Amino acid sequence: MLAKIKQFLGMEAKPKELASKEEVEKVAEEKAKPRIGYVHLSGCTGDIMSLSENYDILAELLTNMVEIVYGQTLADVWEMPEMDLVLVEGSVCLQDEHSVKELMEAREKAGLLVAFGSCAATGCFTRYSRGGQQAQPNHESFVPVGDLVKVDCAVPGCPPSPEIIAKVVVAVINGDMDYLQPMIDLAGYTEAGGSDLQYKIVNQALCIGCGTCAMACQTRALSMTNGRPELNEDRCVKCGVCYIQCPRSWWPADRINKDLGL
Amino acid sequence: MVLGTYKQITLGRSTDKQIQGISQDGGIVTALLTFALDEKIIDGAVVAGPSDEMWKPNPVVALSSDEVMAAAGTKYTISPNNWVLKQAVRQYGLEKVGIVTIPCQTMGIRKMQSYPFGVRFLADKIALDIGICCTENFPFESLKTFISAKAGVDFDLVEKMDIGKGKFWIKTQDDLISFPIKETHGYEQNGCKVCLDLVSELSDISTGSIGAPDNWSAIQVRTDIGETVFKQAVDAGAIELKPIDEGKFGLEMLTKLAKSKKEKAMKVIDERKAMGLPVPYKGSSEKEDPLANV
Repeated sequence: MLAKIKQFLGMEAKPKELASKEEVEKVAEEKAKPRIGYVHLSGCTGDIMSLSENYDILAELLTNMVEIVYGQTLADVWEMPEMDLVLVEGSVCLQDEHSVKELMEAREKAGLLVAFGSCAATGCFTRYSRGGQQAQPNHESFVPVGDLVKVDCAVPGCPPSPEIIAKVVVAVINGDMDYLQPMIDLAGYTEAGGSDLQYKIVNQALCIGCGTCAMACQTRALSMTNGRPELNEDRCVKCGVCYIQCPRSWWPADRINKDLGL
Repeated sequence: MVLGTYKQITLGRSTDKQIQGISQDGGIVTALLTFALDEKIIDGAVVAGPSDEMWKPNPVVALSSDEVMAAAGTKYTISPNNWVLKQAVRQYGLEKVGIVTIPCQTMGIRKMQSYPFGVRFLADKIALDIGICCTENFPFESLKTFISAKAGVDFDLVEKMDIGKGKFWIKTQDDLISFPIKETHGYEQNGCKVCLDLVSELSDISTGSIGAPDNWSAIQVRTDIGETVFKQAVDAGAIELKPIDEGKFGLEMLTKLAKSKKEKAMKVIDERKAMGLPVPYKGSSEKEDPLANV
């Protein structure tokens, strides 16, 4: 995985004798613009809207730093090309053969596949679907993309904040693997929900009642009662953000010290 | 470094007589917040304010010095301050928020700032994080139980609680009752047992009574932001300073207690790992500095 990302970022060692100036320039030119694809499955488009809220870096990002080679409304192509990285937004509907096929093809043609947003990462609110709705009453079963293909990296959130998206983009461009490591680990976190706080934190004698989960909850499904999170299941969309944001689920000490200059 | 990274360590107290009268020790938290509010360094602060029930704090957004003062003094039970941060930014529309945190809350905030997965446009609005020293915390019912059943004090008559000199102190109008802090063990919340941080190592400025004489606080200035605000507050005369005693009742005491909290926690962390229980921190064998908060 690490080697793959490094390769994607053009960090792989190159034999010295081949590294003529022309070659280096060619590589720099090719590698400077990673070829990005965007696959939109079953989701609300909120994730890419959140991405587009990075007004200050968006123009620079799209003009000079990456090349969008595939994506509905983003690139005028029918055939899916080879891609360095594909962002997948939305969960995949098992009854929708086009979605399944597109996801499979994306996995085949992309070096790295990122589950972008909670629908792709955990299934999020599409987990509640039981079919029986127009326009496709038989569209019933929605699963996180990790159930069908190998996910290299997950960026959960409903939607992920504009800031985390910017941080991920910067980390990818700088080859900052330390920053991305938690997201590589999160690729395996596909069954999420507010009840994780009870099972994985409170039941495990780790909760300290700091309130970070309730602050992070994007649907106000959480409140704090007697110093512990209380879940209103009717509001929970199963995005996983509460557990991911909890200081007792995983602890990125080195990054925090670095960010604070300590 | 068992006290975390800091630029400056000193003793200090508020110069304001009113704050001195209502605060826990040196009134540093109240002094800094009221100063920061008056100087518009922050436009509001999340503090452990009063609730309907005596001694049960409720996290609130304070917009004025008066509201900050109403929250002065330590409450020895859980106040989920981080919860209210989003409210401070979204409902109150604050652009520069101050917050008072115990170490675990500081950690939640810092993790959110470095990895703001679902937390939109909030990380950069935290203008000042004042951390307070914390040995452990008690669920509200625990606090009530050991004060009423163990110490035999009517909970409603308590005027002040304090931890110092190895004892838990309860002050009523007529009495000053104390019992060894050791006897509160078993009442603390369990999550505190893996905590490696006594002094809010990741806050901008941290403060507490350990290592300070009565009515003074020990202060560590940590980040650039913390240094700027602290210097302004001192220059403006809101806080007076004196050097911390290096000896047994000063820095030595603070270092000793920080180290012993870490050592105890590492034991629990290693035990939990051996049992296969989850814990977010590294085991003794997995890290260079066995007492680092990692």
